[in-house]
Order: sequence, then C-alpha cells, then structure tokens
Amino acid sequence: MRVNFTVNGRKQEADDVWEGESLLYVLRERMGLPGSKNACEQGECGSCTVRLDGVPVCSCLVAAGQVEGREVVTVEGLADYANNRSCAGSSCGTTLQEAQGWSAEGTDSQTGEGTELAPIQQAFIDAGAVQCGFCTPGLLVAADEMLERNPNPSDADIREALSGNLCRCTGYEKIMDAVRLAAARQSEPEGV
Amino acid sequence: MADTRTTGIPFNVTQGSHTKGGIGESTLRPDGTLKVTGEFAYSSDMWHEDMLWGQILRSTVAHAEIVSIDTGEALATPGVYAVLTYDDLPTDVKNYGLEIQDTPVLAHGKVRHHGEPVALVAADHPETARRAAAKIKVEYRELPVITDEASATAPDAILVHEGRDDHHSGHVPHPNVVHRQPIVRGDAAAAAERADVIVTGDYTFGMQDQAFLGPESGLAVPAEDGGVDLYVATQWLHSDLKQIAPVLGLPEDKVRMTLAGVGGAFGGREDLSMQIHACLLALRTGKPVKIVYNRFESFFGHVHRHPAKLHYEHGATKDGRITHMKCRIVLDGGAYASASPAVVGNASSLSVGPYVIDDVDIEAVALYTNNPPCGAMRGFGAVQACFAYEAQMDKLADALGMDRVEFRQLNAMEQGTIMPTGQPVDSPAPVAELLRRIKAMPLPPERQWESSEGSDVRQLPGGLSNTTHGEGVVRGVGYAVGIKNVGFSEGFDDYSTARVRMEVINGEPVATVHTAMAEVGQGGVTVHAQIARTELGVAQVTIHPADTQVGSAGSTSASRQTYVTGGAVKNACELVREKVLEIGRRKMGSYHPSWATAELLLESGKVVTDGGEVLADLVDVLEGEAVEVEEEWRHRPTEPFDLRTGQGNGHVQYSFAAHRAVVEVDTELGLVKVIELACAQDVGKALNPLSVIGQIQGGTLQGMGIAVMEEIVVDPVTAKVRNPSFTDYLLPTILDTPTIPVDVLELADEHAPYGLRGIGEAPTLSSTPAVLAAIRNATGLELNRTPVRPEHLTGTASA
Repeated sequence: MRVNFTVNGRKQEADDVWEGESLLYVLRERMGLPGSKNACEQGECGSCTVRLDGVPVCSCLVAAGQVEGREVVTVEGLADYANNRSCAGSSCGTTLQEAQGWSAEGTDSQTGEGTELAPIQQAFIDAGAVQCGFCTPGLLVAADEMLERNPNPSDADIREALSGNLCRCTGYEKIMDAVRLAAARQSEPEGV
Repeated sequence: MADTRTTGIPFNVTQGSHTKGGIGESTLRPDGTLKVTGEFAYSSDMWHEDMLWGQILRSTVAHAEIVSIDTGEALATPGVYAVLTYDDLPTDVKNYGLEIQDTPVLAHGKVRHHGEPVALVAADHPETARRAAAKIKVEYRELPVITDEASATAPDAILVHEGRDDHHSGHVPHPNVVHRQPIVRGDAAAAAERADVIVTGDYTFGMQDQAFLGPESGLAVPAEDGGVDLYVATQWLHSDLKQIAPVLGLPEDKVRMTLAGVGGAFGGREDLSMQIHACLLALRTGKPVKIVYNRFESFFGHVHRHPAKLHYEHGATKDGRITHMKCRIVLDGGAYASASPAVVGNASSLSVGPYVIDDVDIEAVALYTNNPPCGAMRGFGAVQACFAYEAQMDKLADALGMDRVEFRQLNAMEQGTIMPTGQPVDSPAPVAELLRRIKAMPLPPERQWESSEGSDVRQLPGGLSNTTHGEGVVRGVGYAVGIKNVGFSEGFDDYSTARVRMEVINGEPVATVHTAMAEVGQGGVTVHAQIARTELGVAQVTIHPADTQVGSAGSTSASRQTYVTGGAVKNACELVREKVLEIGRRKMGSYHPSWATAELLLESGKVVTDGGEVLADLVDVLEGEAVEVEEEWRHRPTEPFDLRTGQGNGHVQYSFAAHRAVVEVDTELGLVKVIELACAQDVGKALNPLSVIGQIQGGTLQGMGIAVMEEIVVDPVTAKVRNPSFTDYLLPTILDTPTIPVDVLELADEHAPYGLRGIGEAPTLSSTPAVLAAIRNATGLELNRTPVRPEHLTGTASA
C-alpha cells in the first residue's frame, strides 16, 4: 500500500508498504530516518518515541497505515520543532497548523558541530545524560513534550512523564539533571 | 573497503579547538551532538541499497538430537536468497568460543539449550526472512535436561559435551564441570575452633540479563577480493576476528572489521552473536547482509550473568575479629563455556570480599547444563560473591551484637593486606573510609512522600497503582561494600595498542587517535581526546573509528579500557612528543640552549620548558612534517592461580565501592520502593568526573535491578526461558529509580596511568546486597535469594 504523511514538516510518500509494517519500520527503513530506535518492538522501552499529531507514541506500536494524512515528528526534526514552538507565558504548545508551517532543515556538518539544537538536546549533552545514546532519541522526544506541557516540572513529574523510556546506562540521574537544566534554562530570560 | 552505497559507516569525529579539557576535566562527549540529533549510526542503522536481511532459526527445545532438517519450503519462498545449515559451513572449523571453542556456529546433530542457532535465511525483506525461517522443518528427539549441580554430576548424567579435551578437562571433578578453582590459605578448620560465633548461610543469585538497549546487529558486505567487510557492535573487535576468520576460511586480513555504533554492552557483547552468520550469508549470496535481533531473540542471542548457589561459613571472636571463612560457589554456566572459567577465577579469588581473613577454604565451580549459556556481565563473578558475603557480614555483626558498619570497618582490608591468593594489595584500599563516608551522608527525611500539598503516591511503594498512602509502609537501611578486580587476570597478556598522529592542518596542530577500543557508551573516546590534549598540548583532536586496521585494544570489559587503552594512548602520545621534540631540536635547537638542557613539554600549541618558557610554536616545529606512532602497551603481568591451592599474583588492580540503601516496604503487599542508593567509591583519579559519576550511577542501578526485579526465569523442568521480553523481564524505569548521590574518593594507584582505577564494575557489586540488607532491616525477614519478589515479603512464595 501507499502511505502519505508528514514527517518533520515535509510531505512524504511511502510505497510498497506491507500491511504489517509499523511506523517505526517505515521511518527507519523506507524514509531513511533511523534516529528513532528499535529496542523492544513491543512498546516497553520508549526508544522509538515520536510525536504523532503532537502526541508522544511508541512508533513500533503504530501500524504504518494509521499515519495516513497525519503529522509525525522524530528526533531528527526535534530541534526545528522545539525552536519553532510558540511559547507565550505558560501557554506552550504547537498546533497542527503551526507544525505544518515549517520544515526541518538538514545539516551539512558530519560531526554535528555547529548544529542548532533544541534546549533539551543541549541539556542532555551538558548534563552527561548521554552514554551509549540508544535511549536518547526517544527520551528527548518524550522530555521535550513534557516540558511543552509542564514547563516547571517537579522531580516526581519528570519521573512519571519519562517512565515509559528505559535507559540501561545512566541510572537516570543525569537524565533528571538534563531535564531540570532544560526547564531552568527555558524559564530564564532570553540570552542567559 | 565497502562502497559508497553503504550508509552508517563510522567516520572521524573531531573535537574542534573550542573544546577544552585535558584529564581531570568534565569534557563533553565528542559524539554527543550526533547522539542527540539521531545522526549517530548504530549497528542496527547500517544500510546498503541492495542488502538482504538475515534471520536465524533457533531451537525450540533445550536438549535434543536433531533427527532431520528440511529447508526445501523455506528455500522455495519468493524473496529468499539462501538457507544455510551446519552442512553448508565452508571449513573444518565449525565452533567458536572465547576460551574453549565449544560453541557450534550452527547446531550439529544436537542442540544443548533453548534458542540455539540451527539454520540461517537471507531474504529481501526481514519479514520474508522470518516467515521462511519458520518454514524450515526441524525434527527433534528430546533428551533429558541437565539443570543444576545434582543433575549435572549424577553418576549417570548425560554429558553436555562428549569427549572434552580442553585445558580444563583434565582437572575438573566431572565432565559437566567447566572449571573448578579451590583457594586454600591458612587453616580454616583450626581457626574455626577459636571462633566465639559461627554463622552460615545458603544464598541464591538469579540469572540477570545485560539488557543493553541496542540489539545485536551488523552488516556484512562481501568484497571483490573474496573477503568481507563487517560492521558490528561488539566489545572486542580482534577477539571476534580471531573467532570469525577460521570459520569463514579466510585469512584475518580479509575480514575487515569496523566498530559500528554500540548501544550498550555490559559484558553481553564479549561473545559472538550474529557476526559469523552475517558473513556466511554475505559470502554465499554475494550481497550485503544485515542482521538485527529483535528483543525476543536478543534474550537468546547473548550469554547472561551466571545464576549461583553459594554456601558460606564465617566465624568471629567476641572482640569482632573474623576468624575464618569457608565457602562453596556453584555457578551455572549453561550449555557453552563462554567466559565461565574466568568467572570462576573471579568468584573464588574475590569470595572473601574486602576483608582481612587469613584462614580460608574456598571452592568455586561452573557447571555445564542445558540452561542458557552464561558468561560476562558487569561485575563478573564478584557480584554473586558480594551478595552472599555481605549478607554474612550482617549476620556476624548481629550475632556479636555489634554495629554492622563498625564490624566491617574493624575487619576491612587496607593497603598491604594479603589476599587469599597470597597476593598483597599494593595500592590504596580505603574500605573503612568508604564505609565511613557512606554512613556520614544525611538520610532522606522520614515519610518523604508527604509534603504541604499532601502525600504523593508516586513516592510510595506501588507508585501510581495507588496501593497505599503510607499504611503498612516500613523503612529500612542497609550497607554493603565490595571488591572487584580491574583488567584481565590470571596471566592473560592484557595489552592494548594505540596509534597517535600529530600534524598541522589548516594552520593548527591536530592530534588523531586511532585505536580498536570499543566505545560502548562508557566515554572512552572522550577520555582519549582528553589524554591527547594533556600530553600533546593540542586543542583539536580527531578520534578515528575503531577497526582492525590498527592493533588490538583488548576488550571493553573488566573495567579496563581507561586503564589499558588509556594507558596505550598516553604512551603513544609520549612517544609522539619525543619525536616532535626531536624535530624541534633538529630545526630550532640552535636558537635557544633550553632545547638541549631543559625538560620540555607541549602546552597550548607550544613547546615550553618545565619552567614555562616558550621555545616554539608547534605549528612551526611540525611545518611540513607529520609524526605518527603505533605502539602496544601493557600493565604489570599477572600469574595464573595454582589449580590446587589458588595461590598466585592473579590480579592487576582492585576497585572498591560502598553503598547505603534506604528502602520503604509495603509489608502488606510486598512492594519495595528504593528511596535512596548512595555510593562512595575510590576511583584513583577521575579522568572525567562527569563520566565517572555517570558510570557509578549506572552500575548502581544495575545492581538494584537484580535486587528487586530483574531475573531470567528458566523453567526447571524444560530448561526453556519463560520471560524473554521487556514485558516480563523487568528493568528499572526512572520511576523505580532512587536518587543516587555519589561521593568520589581519589587515592592514586602509583602503578596505573595518572593513578587511575578502573571504575565501571565496582558500583554494581555492593548495590545489590545493600538493597537486600535494607529490605531485611525493614521486614526482619532472612531473604537469602535475589531478586526479592513480593511473594518473598508476604510469606506467599511457593518455594
């Protein structure tokens, strides 16, 4: 079958998709977007978390056909997505219309130096929240969505929001630090 | 090398001149940006435009003769390019193994454990490959299963491996024992006579899975010269190579291996998984073949932590001195040897823990059974022992009416203590100090779930299940300390190799570090760049991908890489520096007398004297010249343990950590919430403090996992794995995880580069017994097995 959907602000068309293929498979193997990771294929680990019409989902549990006509944001588009988010006072969030109004931009830098990052991405690097990094894309998408809803989360809020994302390397402490850091930077005035 | 149609090939990563930080600074990861943008290519992300997908058919039973294999229907499936069985193996070498080559590449006439590889399929879509594999008809004639020591060593026991002729077969008491290591020192029986109290215990340690998140995977690309390029996630490229090449019938230089992105390891990638299978399919079909395990297969595709039964006896005098220790440790190695012999060596030699005990009688064995193969996992034999001896320490202290921490401190080893192997501990061993520090940390407040806004169920046992608001919840506190060896032991030639190049690029001096070290997430690449900056005075450092075009780095195991490959990088940098200074003397020696007389350093892009006087810019010295050195580096040699007495200077270095666990237990439902798991560890020298703390916290949580939730459950009747998924094998989530405050001590080991101590494993040891001690403290239960489940706390366990 053919599936038409929007990925990171760009219209995409996937051909010859099997009925049994997941959104994760289509992203990784057909769209050339392997940033979303496959670690359990049963919705337990959260490594494949993407936004589907703004809602964080395990893309391994979404059948490809279900995304017809819908909006997907992956870790590859997270920086642009977060940086285009309109945020006035406490009413943060991205409408579908807003999401359709921008496109992810590629980067030429192989090492990633100079790449513009979302605040949560920078915070993960700065706080030492990345070790092997396999859980990182899913955690970033989930954490970014939580900060969008709840800019000043308590520790218990952070733990609850990220409880669907397994990490085996860090013991989660530096991930907590990273989310706290991103929240603090978000609440600082511009330029700090 | 593979053509440009392969995507995901690792490339040089350069930390530019804006990156600061030599050793001792919390420099950020060079691959951090790639990892947060999704651009970092893991082995499962490798892709080639006309690649095939490989699939492995695994045995559905644990122990059986293979009567027949019919591949006809699978081969006839549209989209299938090849189906291979044992009969298709190209050479006489059909087994592999880390130490004993007992593991069949594909089963030959017999399977010895549930999930053993039987046949391979390559097809143009992973689902086609899976369905075709399911069409292969294998007829099994089931055999009785060997599942424990009694069935393994019964007089009429079936031999898991007939006709053993490996180097351990001559000294083991039974062919179903992989290796046995006794250690006898002093006279434990006589010392027991002096004891005022004697405590004994029988302990059971469950089978833990490494559960790295990045599944086993890789891409094999056939090359025009008849060889193969293999991109794979592993812990030791050169060990893989040595095992792969003979099976393929290729010289090692025609199997070109490159480390693809590794999503965690923790010991689970020491053994081969899909490497040979992908190469066989690629060479057979002439097409690139990718294999990616799913989580179900991953549970069968790597070895696990040995489950263990441990019997301990300790005695002590009234004044609190330990008189003696006797123990017997039985490790279940499963169907194939993997790292079992070395795990036995660790379990026996570290079985006394970090204590002074002169009279010991120790025996450790690993069994061959039909259970899943077990091998390396973080802590490697020392973990199981620590769980048992720390329970014993609490029992002894209680029997004497002493404080549990003070009792440990009284008996704590220190620099100069003689190990039961006769080896003196010749670097700092601050065991008592670590315990003091951990005890001195402030305790989390009582009833921490309460605040001015009411009680937060998320901070209570049962969490969002809302099972209690504090009723029936009891707090407990427990302490534990452990000892782990660093590096490969028992006489192994544990070296590493580094190639360092220094040159001027775009008007700036640049160092390139090339090793075969497997970066599995630990941050070795960060540390290598820091070492190069410290030793060579450069700002810009390029890390070359790890591959087999440079000499072996040894394994990313045994807490050894910062010590050994870090040591190799430091050594290579020092040799490069000497050559750079030679060039400087040749070009500029006549300009300043200090070139000939002073101790010279490279700092901030300049040649300086030890007094700080600048002699030259590195750019001018290196103008038109590049310096490159590749050199092996070794730590102090070790010796094997005597097979009868266990005596020998077997270990390189020791690593110590202590934990204090604070738990809250809902005694009615048997639910445990670990509130805080504090750790104090001596790291010798923290080359990167941020990464050190990350390692300690990660190791601590893996220790907590086996205390309260993680266990591979093997059916005792069929030897089949009951819970091969993340739904049924429970890993700690961020909600299960306590705060993990860390206190880092830095007492230099003069034998090690920069005084550092390997750190990765020690925190995994004492975490588990600390949590168990805290649960015992809360509940008053004996709890001699780990993990602890609700039924163990409510008296409803069946066995």
